[in-house]
Amino acid sequence: MARGAVALSLLALTASLGYGQRQTKNSCLDCHSVLPEPLGVTQETFSHDIHAQKGLTCVSCHGGDAVTDDPTQSMSRKAGWKGKIDRRQIPALCGSCHSNPNYMRQYDPSLRTDQLSQFHTSIHGQRLAAGDTKVAVCTDCHGVHDLRAPNDPMSMVYPVNIANTCAHCHADAQYMKGYSIPTDQFAKYGKSVHREDLMVRGDLSAPTCTTCHGNHGAAPPGVDKVQNVCSTCHVFQAQMYDKSSHKAAFDAASLPGCVVCHGNHDIAHPTDAKLGTGAGAVCMQCHTPGDACDQARAEMLSQLTRLDAAVTNADQALAIAESAGMEVSEARLGQSEARDSLTKARVAIHSFRKDLVDQYVQTGLKIAGKDLQAGQKAMVERNRRRAGLGISLIAIGMVLAGLWLYIRKIEH
Amino acid sequence: MTVLRNMRNWLYERLEWDDLIAPLRKKTVPLHRLSYWYFLGGITLFLFVIQVLTGILLLLYYRPGANEAFESVQYIMTQVQFGWLIRSIHSWSANLMIFTAFAHMFSVLFLKAYRKPRELTWISGVILLVLAMGFGFSGYLLPWNTLAFFATKVGTDIAGQVPFIGHPIMIFLRGGEEVTGATLTRFFGFHVAVLPGLVTVLIAFHLLLVQRQGMSVPPKVERDWSANPSAKRELKFFPNFVLRELMAWYAGLGVLGALAAIFPWDLGVKADLFASAPAGIKPEWYFLFMFQTLKVIPSKVLFIDGDVLGILAFGLVGLLWLLLPFLENGRVALSKQWITGLSVFALAYVIAMSVYGYVTN
Repeated sequence: MARGAVALSLLALTASLGYGQRQTKNSCLDCHSVLPEPLGVTQETFSHDIHAQKGLTCVSCHGGDAVTDDPTQSMSRKAGWKGKIDRRQIPALCGSCHSNPNYMRQYDPSLRTDQLSQFHTSIHGQRLAAGDTKVAVCTDCHGVHDLRAPNDPMSMVYPVNIANTCAHCHADAQYMKGYSIPTDQFAKYGKSVHREDLMVRGDLSAPTCTTCHGNHGAAPPGVDKVQNVCSTCHVFQAQMYDKSSHKAAFDAASLPGCVVCHGNHDIAHPTDAKLGTGAGAVCMQCHTPGDACDQARAEMLSQLTRLDAAVTNADQALAIAESAGMEVSEARLGQSEARDSLTKARVAIHSFRKDLVDQYVQTGLKIAGKDLQAGQKAMVERNRRRAGLGISLIAIGMVLAGLWLYIRKIEH
Repeated sequence: MTVLRNMRNWLYERLEWDDLIAPLRKKTVPLHRLSYWYFLGGITLFLFVIQVLTGILLLLYYRPGANEAFESVQYIMTQVQFGWLIRSIHSWSANLMIFTAFAHMFSVLFLKAYRKPRELTWISGVILLVLAMGFGFSGYLLPWNTLAFFATKVGTDIAGQVPFIGHPIMIFLRGGEEVTGATLTRFFGFHVAVLPGLVTVLIAFHLLLVQRQGMSVPPKVERDWSANPSAKRELKFFPNFVLRELMAWYAGLGVLGALAAIFPWDLGVKADLFASAPAGIKPEWYFLFMFQTLKVIPSKVLFIDGDVLGILAFGLVGLLWLLLPFLENGRVALSKQWITGLSVFALAYVIAMSVYGYVTN
C-alpha cells in the first residue's frame, strides 16, 4: 500500500510539473489537411515527422493555439502565432531547441547540439547572415512537416539521399547563377567510385557530399584540407604521401594533393594505367620523359603489372583445377594473400619509393607462384588419377570377362 | 597350390562347412525375363559394404567438431594418400546406395514381391531405406560446409514442425535450439554408431528372410509357369547366381571408381554460423521431392499450417507405405490394380517433384 501511494504521489508530481504533457488536440490540421500546397499538410504527412512522433505539434514552431477550433483565436498574434517562418529566422528557430542540451537530452542524450554554431561557420550560414536568402537553411536539407530522423531511409539526409538533396540546388545552373562555382558536381559524382560504393554496393559509410564538405559547417575544402578529408578514410596512402617528396613539391606549388592525380567529384577506380603514359596516365603531366622519376615510374608500373599477371595466372590455374573437381581451397586462400600484397604495392605507390613497392611485389610474387604451382600440381594429379582409373577399369574389365567366361564354362 | 590345398584341408578339418553351405548349393533362383531386377538388392548391399569400409578409413583422419571437421576433411582430400579417392567413393557410394535402394523398393513393388509371406521382408526393407536416408542426412553435415550447415538447419526446422513432438525432436537432433558444433558431434554419433548398428541388424534380418523364402516370382510369370510347367527355368544360387552378382559388384566398383576419379566430391566452403543462408538452398536429391512438396503447399490450408499439413501427410503416406502388404484384401485382381496404380503414381510423383525442385530456386 505504501509503495502504491508513493507511486501515485510521484505520478501526480510529474503531471503537475508538466512532464509528459502534450497538446493532444491539433486543430491546425483540420483546415491545413484540406488546403492546397504550399499551405497543405495532411495528417498522414505530419505523422512521419520525427517532431510529431515525439509529441510536438504545429504550435511548437508556428505558435498559436491549436486547442481552439476558431481560426481567429488559434492564429491570433495574442496567442503567439508566428505564421510562415521567415527563411532568415529558421536556423535560430530550430536552434532554440536543438542548441539546448538540457532540452534535447530528454529525446536523445547522444544528439549533438552544436548544429547552429556550426551553421554560422559554414558558407551557407555566412551568406545567410550577409542577407543571401537563397542559401540552404535547416529545412532545405532536412525537409519540413515530414522531417525524418537521419537514420530513416526516407530522410533527405540519409546517406544514399544526401547527394540528391545537395544537388537540388547545386546542380541547378539557373539557381546557382551568380555563384562562382560549377554545377556539374552531382553529374561527376554519379560516375565516381564513391557513388558506386554507396549506391551499388550499399556501403553506407562510403563518401557522399557531406563526408568531404561537412554538413552543418559545410565549406569547400582548401588545398590542405582536401588531403585531410581523404586521409580520414585512406589513412595509409595519406601517411605515405606525407613522407614522400611530392608532399613538399605540391605544397610549394599550391597543388591540392590527392586531387591532382585522382580528381575530386568524379574519382574513378584507380588503375595501374595511371602510372603509364597512355590515356588516364597522370605522372607525365608534370614529369619529363626519360628523367629519373619517369624511369622510377616505369619500373614501379612494370612491377605492379608483373604481380597482377602472376595473380591472374594463378587464379586461372586454380579455376581450371577446381573445374576438374580438384581440391585447391588452401591455394585459393593463399591467393587472397597475394591479392593483399598487390593492394599493398599499389598503396605503396603513394610513397613514390621503388624499394617499398618492390618489397610488396616480391612477397606477392612468391605467394602467387606457389599458388600457380598448386594449380598445376593439381592438374598433374588429376591426370595421374585418370591414368590410374584407366588401369583399374582395364583390370576390372578383365575380371568381368574372366567371370563371364567361367560362368559360360560351368553352364555349358 | 599344395600349400593352399593344405591350408584348406586344415581349415576344413576344424570347420566342416559342408552343412553350412549345403542349403546354398540346393538353393535356386527363378530365371525369367525380369530376373535382372533380383540383382538390385545385392548391389545395394555391396554399396553398403563399400560405405562401411571407406567409412572406417575416413575415421582414421576425420575429427568431429566445429573447429576441426572441415579442416580434417580438407586434409583427407589434399594430404592423405588416396584420401580423395576414399572420400569421393564414400560420398558417391552413399548416393548410389540410396538410388539402388529406391530402385530395389519400386522393383519389389512392381513385381509384387511384397506379398505374403514376404510382408516382413518389405517392412524391414522400407525401414532400411529410411535408415539409409538418415545416414545421408547425418553424413551430409559431417564435412561442416556451408551447404550442409544450412541444409541441416532447414531439415531440422522441418522436423521441428511436427505437432507436439516436433520441438523436442528438433532439440534432440540439434543438441540445442540452433545447429552448432553440438549438432555435428551428435550427428557423427548417429552416423558411425547408432545407424550402422541398427542397419547391420536389419540387413541380417532382411537377408535371413530372403534366404529362407527365396526369390519371389512375379504373378504373371507364375501363372505362365503354372499353365506350362516345362517353361519353368531356374538358376543355381551357388555358384551361378553368386558369380553373376559378383559381376554386377565389379561393374559397380568400376562405376564408383570412375565417378570418384572424374568427379571428385566437392568440399565446399567452411560453414559460417553467422553468415546468411546462400540463395536457393536445397537438400540432397533424395529429400527433394518432400522439400518441394512442402514448398508448394500454401502457408495455410483452411485453418491448418501448410508445413504441418505436409508433414502429417508424408507421415501418413509413409505409414501406409510400410503397411502396404497388409492392405491387399482377398479380391486380388482389384487390389492388384490399385496398388500398381498407386506405385506408378508414387514413382511419377517422386520423379516429377524432384525434377521440379532441382530446376527451381
